Amino acid sequence: MDLYEYQARDLFEAHGVPVLAGIVAQTPEEAKAAAEQIGGVVVVKAQVKVGGRGKAGGVKLAKTADEAYEHAKAILGMDIKGHTVHRVMIAQGADIAEEYYFSILLDRANRDYLAMCSKEGGVEIEQLAEERPEALARVNFDPNTGIDAGKAAEIAEQAGFSADEVPALAEVFQQLWTAFSQEDATLVEVNPLVKTGEGTIIALDGKVTVDENADFRQPGHAELVDEQAEDPLEAKAKANDLNYVKLDGEVGIIGNGAGLVMSTLDVVAYAGEAHNGVKPANFLDIGGGASAEVMANGLDVILGDDQVKSVFVNVFGGITACDAVANGIVKALEILGEAATKPLVVRLDGNSVEEGRRILREADHPLVTLATSMDEGADKAAELANK
Amino acid sequence: MAIFLNKDSKVIVQGITGGEGSKHTARMLLAGTNIVGGVNARKAGTTVTHTDQHGDEVELPVFGSVSEAMEKTGADVSVVFVPPKFAKDAAVEAIDAGIGLLVVITEGIPVQDSAEFYNYSLTKTGADGKPVTRILGPNCPGIITPGESLAGITPANITGKGGVGLVSKSGTLTYQMMYELRDLGFSTSIGIGGDPVIGTTHIDALEAFENDPETKAIVMIGEIGGDAEERAAEYIKANVTKPVVGYVAGFTAPEGKTMGHAGAIVSGSSGTAEAKKEALEAAGVKVGKTPSETAHLLREVYPVAVEPSAL
Repeated sequence: MDLYEYQARDLFEAHGVPVLAGIVAQTPEEAKAAAEQIGGVVVVKAQVKVGGRGKAGGVKLAKTADEAYEHAKAILGMDIKGHTVHRVMIAQGADIAEEYYFSILLDRANRDYLAMCSKEGGVEIEQLAEERPEALARVNFDPNTGIDAGKAAEIAEQAGFSADEVPALAEVFQQLWTAFSQEDATLVEVNPLVKTGEGTIIALDGKVTVDENADFRQPGHAELVDEQAEDPLEAKAKANDLNYVKLDGEVGIIGNGAGLVMSTLDVVAYAGEAHNGVKPANFLDIGGGASAEVMANGLDVILGDDQVKSVFVNVFGGITACDAVANGIVKALEILGEAATKPLVVRLDGNSVEEGRRILREADHPLVTLATSMDEGADKAAELANK
Repeated sequence: MAIFLNKDSKVIVQGITGGEGSKHTARMLLAGTNIVGGVNARKAGTTVTHTDQHGDEVELPVFGSVSEAMEKTGADVSVVFVPPKFAKDAAVEAIDAGIGLLVVITEGIPVQDSAEFYNYSLTKTGADGKPVTRILGPNCPGIITPGESLAGITPANITGKGGVGLVSKSGTLTYQMMYELRDLGFSTSIGIGGDPVIGTTHIDALEAFENDPETKAIVMIGEIGGDAEERAAEYIKANVTKPVVGYVAGFTAPEGKTMGHAGAIVSGSSGTAEAKKEALEAAGVKVGKTPSETAHLLREVYPVAVEPSAL
């Protein structure tokens, strides 16, 4: 889960990382009150989980609380690269002498962690990495030892900081490592990390991604979920423990196993090319144990999507045999009753496939069509969605 | 031959008394796996009873630790079914005991834990300077050498022994591909898992398949996220002489949405299916648009002529 800047700021503060005052606001009135509370020059910053907000006009300097009110009014509701701004952060103005870059991330290729640091912060780091890779220090480290004093100094030295600059930076790097490890983050990025006119180091803007697999030991993370921004169908699926992602097409997809479902989306998209370009409407993985209840919950979510014109159920019976899946589909249709209105194409293969197909043939539900292969099922579902 | 796992492998199950562990211990025994015991510190000294593939009852001892299990049984493979919360401790225990192959089935382990136990395993090296423990997974279906042994949850009845080697990030897609090529049979089929940090990689499996005389051709299945497929493509180009065909899932996946596997996410321009397909094709690997087309491509490069009647 990606966090908003204000959430990252709060999280940094909780772990002792030096940050400036910052208050989140959802209305211009709240923004004004926040500016008054902080006092002096403030920055009104759009809270969106996408880069480039400065260029889009989502970051404005305000010398007075009234100015903060006006800027917040303009920024709230703004669309930045498809993201609607629901909140702004009112941040204390900074006296910036120098801008640096620092991040810690999971290095998938090396299967360890990577710290990156540059004396040239405040710019697009991807651009810097491409154009002047020598200006970006990259230090891999063992997750078991983390960033201790020695490693922190090594990172700062590699980035080209002088001996008198290293200690202050190294301290902040260690604090950021503490935040990273204690919050089960997979990314902590500070850009810019600034040195003020007085020589203090401050994390001015932060990006944090936390690992949802660690939710069981991070009870505080539940509060970071932005329910406002969640798609209502995705929220409903989540409440039922279903692995669902809403997409834009017309063919609803249900399958078992993440890889097979992803593959099903692709096969349906290819098949759709021959049927007026219909596309998959969603990703839905019902997992290994496709019980009637799970199948009913899944169908319920998909049928709740008005864009859906047909549904393709693609199951490979591995651990769960096809007869159990077929029974699940029959019972799901019973549970849904008249709520089930869209044609279903079902492809079953694997364990007990004959029995599974027999169950569906005997149930003879008017909405259900059987397919004998994944390709045939995808084609049939695309055809039905185009009617 | 086969790779990493064969009929001589002695397998223990960590979490043998739990729901999943118990269910799959039974399945593995039916598939012919030589399971020699299990581990659960709280139930040490007890036994669990299952039926093997000959219909005979087997009583499996439950040990207090992996090292005790290895000492008493000579086990060299452990399959982990413990819940995510306890998975890191289970893995570290097995690494400390010096198990040869550690198959971590558990889904939903925090990536920090996986990164920690993987890097820990690198510090425990043998006389050859290489890590003693090979980790497979986490969040994987495990490994099957049909007709010999199964360490994991792959259905054992899809197909039998043959000349195809398969390595895949995904479980059900592995089953689908084994099913498509069931007439050819498989030397070994490995699910490496869909998490951001995994032990055994595509490259490790490719290297082993290349050196395995029983493997005639290789299917490599990838999915969106990371750049493992791109690196595998470079490896194939430089090192693999056997025919390889590829499949990549997730062409229609949008940016920024995790598709079921924690590692299956397109971030910016990296991790797209298109980029992976291009990298593989540049390395001379034919890539199928669908699983069925991939199976077709494999048949075209398979060095042994397949009688149409066998299809």
